[in-house]
Amino acid sequence: MDFKDTPEEAAFRAEARAWLEANAELADPNDPGDDVLGERTDPATIAAAKAWQKKKADGGWACITWPEEYGGRGATSIQNVIWGQEESKFKTPPNIFGIGIGMCGPTVLTHGDDRQKKQWIPKLLSGEELWCQLFSEPSAGSDLAGLRTTAVKDGDDWVVNGQKIWTTGAQFCDWGILVVRTDATAAKHAGLSYFVVDMHSPGVEVRPITQINHGQGFNEVFFSDVRIPDANRLSEVGNGWAVAITTLMNERASIGGGGTGDVIGDLIELAENVDHGGRPAIEDASVRERIADFYTRSRGVQYTGYRTLTALSKGTTPGPESSLGKLVGAALAQEMAAFGIELGGVAGATHGDISTPGASAFHDMYLAIPGLRIAGGTDEVLRNIISERVLGLPPESRADKGIAFKDIPTGPAS
Amino acid sequence: MNFDFSEDQKLLQQTARNFLAEHSPLSVCREVLESDQPYSQALFKAAAEMGFQGTVIPEEYGGAGFGYLELAVVAEELGRALAPIPFASSTYLATEAILLAGSDEQKSQYLPGLASGEAIGTFALVEKPGQNGTEGVETKLSGGKLTGTKLPVLDGDVADFAVIAAQSDSGLSLAIVDLDQAGVTRTSVGSFDPSRSMARIEFKGAAASVLGKEGDGAALADRVLDRAAVLVAFEQLGGAERAFEITKDFMNGRYAFGRPISSFQALKHRLADLWCEIQLTRSNCYYGAWALSNDTPELGIAACISRIAACKAYDLAGVEMIQLHGGVGYTWEYDCHMFYRRAKLLSVMLGSPASWKDKLVTRLREQKAA
Repeated sequence: MDFKDTPEEAAFRAEARAWLEANAELADPNDPGDDVLGERTDPATIAAAKAWQKKKADGGWACITWPEEYGGRGATSIQNVIWGQEESKFKTPPNIFGIGIGMCGPTVLTHGDDRQKKQWIPKLLSGEELWCQLFSEPSAGSDLAGLRTTAVKDGDDWVVNGQKIWTTGAQFCDWGILVVRTDATAAKHAGLSYFVVDMHSPGVEVRPITQINHGQGFNEVFFSDVRIPDANRLSEVGNGWAVAITTLMNERASIGGGGTGDVIGDLIELAENVDHGGRPAIEDASVRERIADFYTRSRGVQYTGYRTLTALSKGTTPGPESSLGKLVGAALAQEMAAFGIELGGVAGATHGDISTPGASAFHDMYLAIPGLRIAGGTDEVLRNIISERVLGLPPESRADKGIAFKDIPTGPAS
Repeated sequence: MNFDFSEDQKLLQQTARNFLAEHSPLSVCREVLESDQPYSQALFKAAAEMGFQGTVIPEEYGGAGFGYLELAVVAEELGRALAPIPFASSTYLATEAILLAGSDEQKSQYLPGLASGEAIGTFALVEKPGQNGTEGVETKLSGGKLTGTKLPVLDGDVADFAVIAAQSDSGLSLAIVDLDQAGVTRTSVGSFDPSRSMARIEFKGAAASVLGKEGDGAALADRVLDRAAVLVAFEQLGGAERAFEITKDFMNGRYAFGRPISSFQALKHRLADLWCEIQLTRSNCYYGAWALSNDTPELGIAACISRIAACKAYDLAGVEMIQLHGGVGYTWEYDCHMFYRRAKLLSVMLGSPASWKDKLVTRLREQKAA
């Protein structure tokens, strides 16, 4: 039992490190870094991110797990983690390619034909074209297969009408992966098809959504008679759900790192500097108990990540058990942020000048975390995944099985 | 990254699991629970024949000379089996204290018996309600004679000797005292988990020999507790996982409203949450085992998080086991209460979870200042 690389891993790490040292500057480890929901949408940031991705592609360090014939290097999953660990130590622009590289690319590589892969993969890999994911709808979130956006065949094209929502980065993307209903008389999951849509097509309208923290990471995307060539369809008509599952399987909880920075260290420092009844809050037993619980839990998440890395290192693919990291980690982060605010007493509610030092950061965190508990699978969906796919428990009874989609009961708002 | 047990260690784990399936089915725990016997002598003897008690004791003293990763996997299996034997007192506490601080003579005198299972040792710090460690010790050690009372002492009714904390002229010290001598009075006290026994021990001029440096007792006791905390955490982990498995199987077989109760989200989500707690505990325990087996400076913090997580997970597993079984979970006949009881006993036996949380924050601040 140890935390060391195997000799092969160490050699790979050295190679990655050498390229990074030649092409980027080391980062300050105390820099808080990227925001959690990808809210950096200004043109300068996007241009910098694209330039860095292009540099990596030219050096052979973009999308390293992808096949060599499409610009990757056929690397293993553990090598990908090692690359990520090393890259994170350098000063690089925010990663705006998470959805394209993490979800869209692997789906095209799995289900696309040769022509489609050649058309899309190289520019996706090099960062020249940005991709987004058009799955959720106002009435189809956790129940994604209940989506209602339609596509109707017209000659060699499909004509799409409807609305998507929670689309990260749609306002600056070139392509989107899109699941639509092509047959409302088929059963729910059987009537779906999967397309790649040009986001610059006439009839595509993107409207940013303002979040509770003023961020605008998400958008609504409206489709009004948008034409998509049949050549942009992935897999057969009616097989969209299987393709969507491939995408979702790649939407894996991030693994390996602590993820929350040194929030515990910040909490201890704050508790040492605020006064509770004539003595530092850190001497208060109830404060100590909370901090100890947070620390124990966050180390538990971190070391569970180490166990996942160990499985990767042995060549195993991590499965649904990696849902634990987001389920536990997001709720923990929210509790820590709330506690950071409460440590300030009444002044904990003030933002800025008279607030306790460091408390404003907890405000930002407390406003960001609710999004994390919903995005990429709500806490409740993750508990379903763990109980059904990890523990093998039987599914809930459902009211939408074995009937045509158009006959499934809906609420008055739909 | 290789944050896992080795193939050999997993083989040892399987051997221990097979052995305990034969020698320690839950009926063995129940027999002790329902009888006057303080522990299962047959199981303790059989475990010693397997070499469990002597896992980390060097070969020159009759042990197997393995490391702590091997002892950790044995501990996890003993926890799964609810083994009703004085293993923690004798192996994680008394043996560790002697290995850490014993003179050659003390090692020669005590370790062979501990390894073979012919002797049982225990560890006695607290003296009255509210205490969790070495604070408030009043027992006196003067001129090699002990005076005072220890209460409660886990396995104090069956142990042959105890490592105890006492005040000497040089301050708090540890000492070894044989319990079968004039000047020692032992009285059994009731136990929340009657499959594990406890006693009050009164010393009136009993002969004792100092263990380690006189006056070093508090620091030494802390080191022993840290080591034991990791090993007990593995027992807790094993117990929690077994409770979880039994509960899951019950829920898959129990039907209500025409379907297995494990299909209801209100119930399956509780199992998912319990599974998460157990996974977090396993991960923290692995870190504890790594720190213990390498004797790294991180052990102080690693012991705290192993113990804090394990107390929480096992307590939760016991609580959920009864609740998710419904009415039958509350019957004497079902085994749920044996896990519920053991979980609570283990959560206080090395000091309450709150006392370990306090210790953790102290250590985090020391680390930050360093």
